[in-house]
Amino acid sequence: MHSSITIVGASLAGVRAAEALRSEGFKGNIKLLGDEAHIAYDRPPLSKSFLEGEMTSEKLSLLTSEKINELEIEVRTDSKASNLDIESRTLEVNGEVEEFDALIIATGARARKLPNTDKINGVHTLRSLDDSIKIRKSFKSGNPKVVVVGGGFIGCEVAATASNLGIEVTIVESQDVPLSHVLGEEAGKVISELHTNNGVRLKCGVEVQEIKGDSQVEGVLLEDGTLLEADLVIVGIGAVPNTEWLENSGLTIENGVCCDQTCLVAPNIVAAGDVARWDHQGYGKSIRLEHWDNAAEQGKHAALRLLQTEAEALPYAPIPWFWSDQFDRKIQLAGISSPEDDFEVVVDSPDEGRFTGIYGSEGKLRAVLGINRPRHVMQFKSLMENKASWKEALDFAKEIG
Amino acid sequence: MRVVVDFDLCESNAICMQIAPDIFEVRDDDFLYILDETPSEDRRSNLEESVQRCPKQAISIEE
Repeated sequence: MHSSITIVGASLAGVRAAEALRSEGFKGNIKLLGDEAHIAYDRPPLSKSFLEGEMTSEKLSLLTSEKINELEIEVRTDSKASNLDIESRTLEVNGEVEEFDALIIATGARARKLPNTDKINGVHTLRSLDDSIKIRKSFKSGNPKVVVVGGGFIGCEVAATASNLGIEVTIVESQDVPLSHVLGEEAGKVISELHTNNGVRLKCGVEVQEIKGDSQVEGVLLEDGTLLEADLVIVGIGAVPNTEWLENSGLTIENGVCCDQTCLVAPNIVAAGDVARWDHQGYGKSIRLEHWDNAAEQGKHAALRLLQTEAEALPYAPIPWFWSDQFDRKIQLAGISSPEDDFEVVVDSPDEGRFTGIYGSEGKLRAVLGINRPRHVMQFKSLMENKASWKEALDFAKEIG
Repeated sequence: MRVVVDFDLCESNAICMQIAPDIFEVRDDDFLYILDETPSEDRRSNLEESVQRCPKQAISIEE
């Protein structure tokens, strides 16, 4: 049995890992190291209710001081890990060498930036509490013109929040239809219309050429020559897993730290959350997810893996699930969809503001999309867990439709 | 044990319904209904999973 477990990364996956170790009866030392100044907090509201100004940062906390005492864990902020040595079981924390018996890698991902924009005031990404606080402040100062670069889920949520606050906002998206690489064109168009109907301007099928401005952002120049004036630019062009600190460790890094199907990276080392790429037995391939539910569940699974023998270890093979709130719509997707899948709206229609759609390929149900249809999403998610065929999914849709 | 839902927090994500359909139901009106407020002890592990996986942390258990 290990006597000390170090968790690197103090966000959702790391916190859930610590909780799982204690609830499973682990009595040794647990260190939870985070590189931010804030103790673990919940990220989904950062682009939604927190950004809109309805919430205090205390409400985001994932770990109160009572909880830290109850769990008897050592929590350290502003603590950056580096130089992992898997042979000697050591790592450096802010340059000081520390030992561990077992390690949980949960360093998450960071927002991808546009090159050469670091020194321009008013250009932001949105990932951390500090990012959200800065953007929230800018939303409230004067009447800023906002350009969102990237029409993915974060970009769409930020645009919706800005629009709710009465701010003029434009989304620039390189695809012809936002979100079509995830949801396909038909469903992507529904989200586009939701935004344009609420006053968000969409500029699609065009790349950003340059962010204009020396010390303060002035605008966004597009490749078609359009210049969009901007006081505030929010860049939502995806995330990059935080694996740089593992580069000389000998662990396999391929867009995430690679794990086996049980979340094991190497003996006594596991990974969880946005940083982890693992072999998903159900899909027969390795995947990496950036979803809230996955961080929570994988954090727990990976932690328990450290307490198990190889024979006891279970594969981690969930049906992925996430949600996004935009305007008055709750958008939920369960499963893994591909733009090449067949897509069929099976209950209601996009015109009604709520519907359920399913994705399938090779005779299998692959994913379900619900717009204000949480009940159906969960019902189809259960079908996927039972490996339902496309026909079974259509039959079920007739029953509930 | 008693199931408590903070309905000011609940956003009807319905993840609880999938984990414990005998306790939680999100109906066609998009609201969450508690079907069994005092489930028997053998439902504890599913109930605890519902508490943990609720994205709004709106569910709690009173002993």
